[in-house]
Amino acid sequence: MSPGRTIATAGRVLLQIRHDPRTIGLLIVVPSLLIGLVAWIFQDTPVFAQIGPAMIALFPFIVMFLVTSITTLRERRTGTLERLLAMPLGKGDFIVGYALAFGLLGLIQSAIAVSFAVWVCGLSIEGSIWLLFAVAVADALLGTTLGLLASAFARTEFQAVQFMPALVFPQILLGGIFVPRSSMPDVLRVIGDWLPLSHAIDALNAVANGTHDDGWVWVRIGFLGAWVVGAVIVGALTLRRRTA
Amino acid sequence: MVEIGAIETRGLRVRRGRAEVLRGLTVSVPRGQVVGLLGPSGSGKTTLMRCVVGVQRVADGTVTVLGQPAGSPRLRRRVGYVTQASSVYDDLTVRENLRYFARVLDAPASDVDRVIDETGLGGQAGQLTGSLSGGQRNRVSLAAALLGAPELLVLDEPTVGLDPVLRSELWGLFHRLADAGTSLFVSSHVMDEAARCDRLLLLRDGEVIADDTPLGLLQATGANDAEAAFLAVIRAREAPERR
Repeated sequence: MSPGRTIATAGRVLLQIRHDPRTIGLLIVVPSLLIGLVAWIFQDTPVFAQIGPAMIALFPFIVMFLVTSITTLRERRTGTLERLLAMPLGKGDFIVGYALAFGLLGLIQSAIAVSFAVWVCGLSIEGSIWLLFAVAVADALLGTTLGLLASAFARTEFQAVQFMPALVFPQILLGGIFVPRSSMPDVLRVIGDWLPLSHAIDALNAVANGTHDDGWVWVRIGFLGAWVVGAVIVGALTLRRRTA
Repeated sequence: MVEIGAIETRGLRVRRGRAEVLRGLTVSVPRGQVVGLLGPSGSGKTTLMRCVVGVQRVADGTVTVLGQPAGSPRLRRRVGYVTQASSVYDDLTVRENLRYFARVLDAPASDVDRVIDETGLGGQAGQLTGSLSGGQRNRVSLAAALLGAPELLVLDEPTVGLDPVLRSELWGLFHRLADAGTSLFVSSHVMDEAARCDRLLLLRDGEVIADDTPLGLLQATGANDAEAAFLAVIRAREAPERR
């Protein structure tokens, strides 16, 4: 790996997105609109106050996962990946370059989604808004890197799209949004406790309700970070220079 | 021959599923020449080129490129590769594409202007690559392969869809590069391009059926053009089997 090539790759990915204003618009607006929709559905009820923090975890996570898993596949299909792998580009340069570029987009997206939830939808936050923001960014990064990982396994767009229900939906179901994990059957609770999205949801709830101290939340962010790093490493390892 | 050729393969076998795409290929491509790889589609041209640049999984045999095993990290800067699909980013301008590939190759920034010039893309440098015609996109792809002045260029059907004037200009460029010492390995399924090569490899069903100069091939088969020579070689090979 070389920092120069990694940065060049991240810059190139961002440059591509800059030429595509509609994608920028969708990336930035869609999660906030969905959060707004949930707030509107549960107007005059206490429900949004309960599930609002989880929505900040959910929508950016899903959007970033989808966008990333498709975009790297495009490189495979158009032959640019084959060209790059025949060049001195390291597999790590490629994956980390993408993670940096989309991580930056995820950061902007999270900032807007958190601001929208708090100041427009009136989500009440007991803890620090900065801490909420930090969890949201870690969560968007998680979506990005899991998308990269899925993309490394998928051979076609059809497969990539199906990784979304396979990798994302179980995390949503077991994350404790619909049923608290403590009241799930033991096996599911244990699985849910190890899935990264659960920790993002827990951390956002903890900050919103002020139930835990900052240290506890940072441990959760650290756990998300470990998943992010793990997904990048496995994604880079599974990328093959030689294919059949 | 004492000098090691640009490409040497020995007993190269590639399988895809159960089918054998390359059946024990032993070929030698000399340095500093334009060597044409001709054959119908499905004959294994692209697979052989992928072996040379080291992105193809090989079942058996060896591929040596510029004296090193194909796919060695040190070769990645010395070999330029143009895939059949114009593998460039449609949503970047021509110049942005080339600037990125130049940075990946650690090529000097001035190389970008040089290759734009060599491929005649000066007028399109600021345009989005996706808005260009197929032939222009192929030239962007070729320009990217010229970055860093590689010693060996592997070009998979670089002249498809180009008008005759441009095609002739590109062949002129290939020969100028060869005169300057670059080795070129160019595939084509257009037989009339055969005459423009210094040497020809005819590939059919994963086997080399002829390896000669264009003139030598015509003399050996008594044919008037490459198409007829190709047919004559195939008939000569199949004749004993029919008996």
